[in-house]
Amino acid sequence: MNQIDAWKQENIGSDEFIINMGPQHPSTHGVLYLELKLNGEIVLDCRPHIGYLHRSCEKIAENRSYTQFIPFTDRLDYLASMNNNLGYCLAVEKLCNVQVSDRAQYVRTIIAELNRIASHLISIGTFAQDLGAYATPLFYAFRDREKVVELYEEVCGARLTYNYMRIGGVSQDLPPNAEKIIKDFITYERKKLVEYNELLTYNAIFLARTKKIGPLSKELAVNYSITGPNLRATGFKWDLRKDEPYMIYDKFQFDVPVGTIGDSWDRFKVRLDEITESLKIVEQAIGGVPEGTAVSKINKIYKAPAGTETYLRTENPRGELGFYLMSDGGTGPYRLKIRSPSFSNIAILPELIRGLNMSDAVCVLGSIDIVMGEIDR
Amino acid sequence: MELKELSQKIRDAFPEAIQEEQANAIVIKKESLLPVAKFLKEGETQFTNCHCVSGLDRKDKQLEAIYWLYSFKHRFMLTLKVILPRENPEVESVSGLWKSANWLERETFDLFGITFLHHPDPRRILNPDEWTDWPLRKDFDRPDFYRLPPVQGLKG
Repeated sequence: MNQIDAWKQENIGSDEFIINMGPQHPSTHGVLYLELKLNGEIVLDCRPHIGYLHRSCEKIAENRSYTQFIPFTDRLDYLASMNNNLGYCLAVEKLCNVQVSDRAQYVRTIIAELNRIASHLISIGTFAQDLGAYATPLFYAFRDREKVVELYEEVCGARLTYNYMRIGGVSQDLPPNAEKIIKDFITYERKKLVEYNELLTYNAIFLARTKKIGPLSKELAVNYSITGPNLRATGFKWDLRKDEPYMIYDKFQFDVPVGTIGDSWDRFKVRLDEITESLKIVEQAIGGVPEGTAVSKINKIYKAPAGTETYLRTENPRGELGFYLMSDGGTGPYRLKIRSPSFSNIAILPELIRGLNMSDAVCVLGSIDIVMGEIDR
Repeated sequence: MELKELSQKIRDAFPEAIQEEQANAIVIKKESLLPVAKFLKEGETQFTNCHCVSGLDRKDKQLEAIYWLYSFKHRFMLTLKVILPRENPEVESVSGLWKSANWLERETFDLFGITFLHHPDPRRILNPDEWTDWPLRKDFDRPDFYRLPPVQGLKG
């Protein structure tokens, strides 16, 4: 503390006070209520309150059949619905021993990776918006995401909640022009990524706002069960697609981008780099889609022997999404537990923003990239 | 690493701790959960990550608390279970060992009514604090209408 700061502390004192940030606040990304204890502009403590979006998906699942629950997974992390669909379908397939055709595996990989790109784009856009880069980066991100969404509209008819994956495959095969659309998108997006780097990543104002804000150590991240880009930003090289490959991810060449100190900038950069890697995966996958059918048989009842349980996790854009399923021999789950990545990621927020400025707290919250839909479930 | 190997390790360190071995889970007696968890985290097994905590209602008058622990060193996911009575289910909190357990245990308490002893913040997390039901228990009777007490304002 220099002399001026010491003088300020002595002469310009302020009382501690509590302010409510949210539940309706533009930078809380949904209905998140933070109870902040402030001294002047310094955050002394924070108490997150969640549950405003609690729809009790786990209870609903107990009264549905396995197939009927797929649309509900769309509404968990609504920015990455395809990945949720995929995680749930993989879990049910593991529980009920359902085989998936090669073509369906490829189609699923392409679709899921494109959704990862779309989700990271939103994360980048809204993060820049939180930092005060009003509207422009957000519109750029949404413009690029629109291309993915339009493809999805063509593939399954929906723009946000897709309900595309089925147990044993997908609901309909890729349309004939999909290959061209996806290849065009890859070329387009690669050019745009350069622009994002110019506009945001190495922008002096952006660096000043994000560098060394809310750093996170590897040990603490593992202890808090932080997953996904937030974990990789700390320098911990861990990606389920690489380290415990599911589906056909072991067939593709891609890197796992990592950060160094896990600050807000690292979290942002890891996401941006992951878009590049996802594009690589999509490019390899679209070139190797085998012939055959990707569509699963419809109207089939799936059953597992009573007492069988399974836990399966997949790498979602926001971290590891886990599904615990237990069967009692019926046509639906006896118990379904959704381990959502954002739920664990947001729990570290008080630890990260303690001692920061109020405006930097918003920066940290934006960089963690939460989706309330899957926190409250 | 195999589950058998791991249960043998637990048995060597705590001869009385294991209640039952299931196909892909180990059931621990509730009084030895904390020492076993400490052993798994700090010992050679290195379960540094508490991936998930949840509950399960078995209908046969028993509840289960389930812990998914992950060891990055051995790349192994371990499922630990603790069987609890339906009346007054209580188990020691592991949030002192893994901070991720803090919120996950709160959620389990909220939905199943399993009390985690010595928990740093034993409040409900998703549902209103004033509520008294445990919605994910199988005997939960869904009322047609809810009437919650008025919100009291900020507390503490």
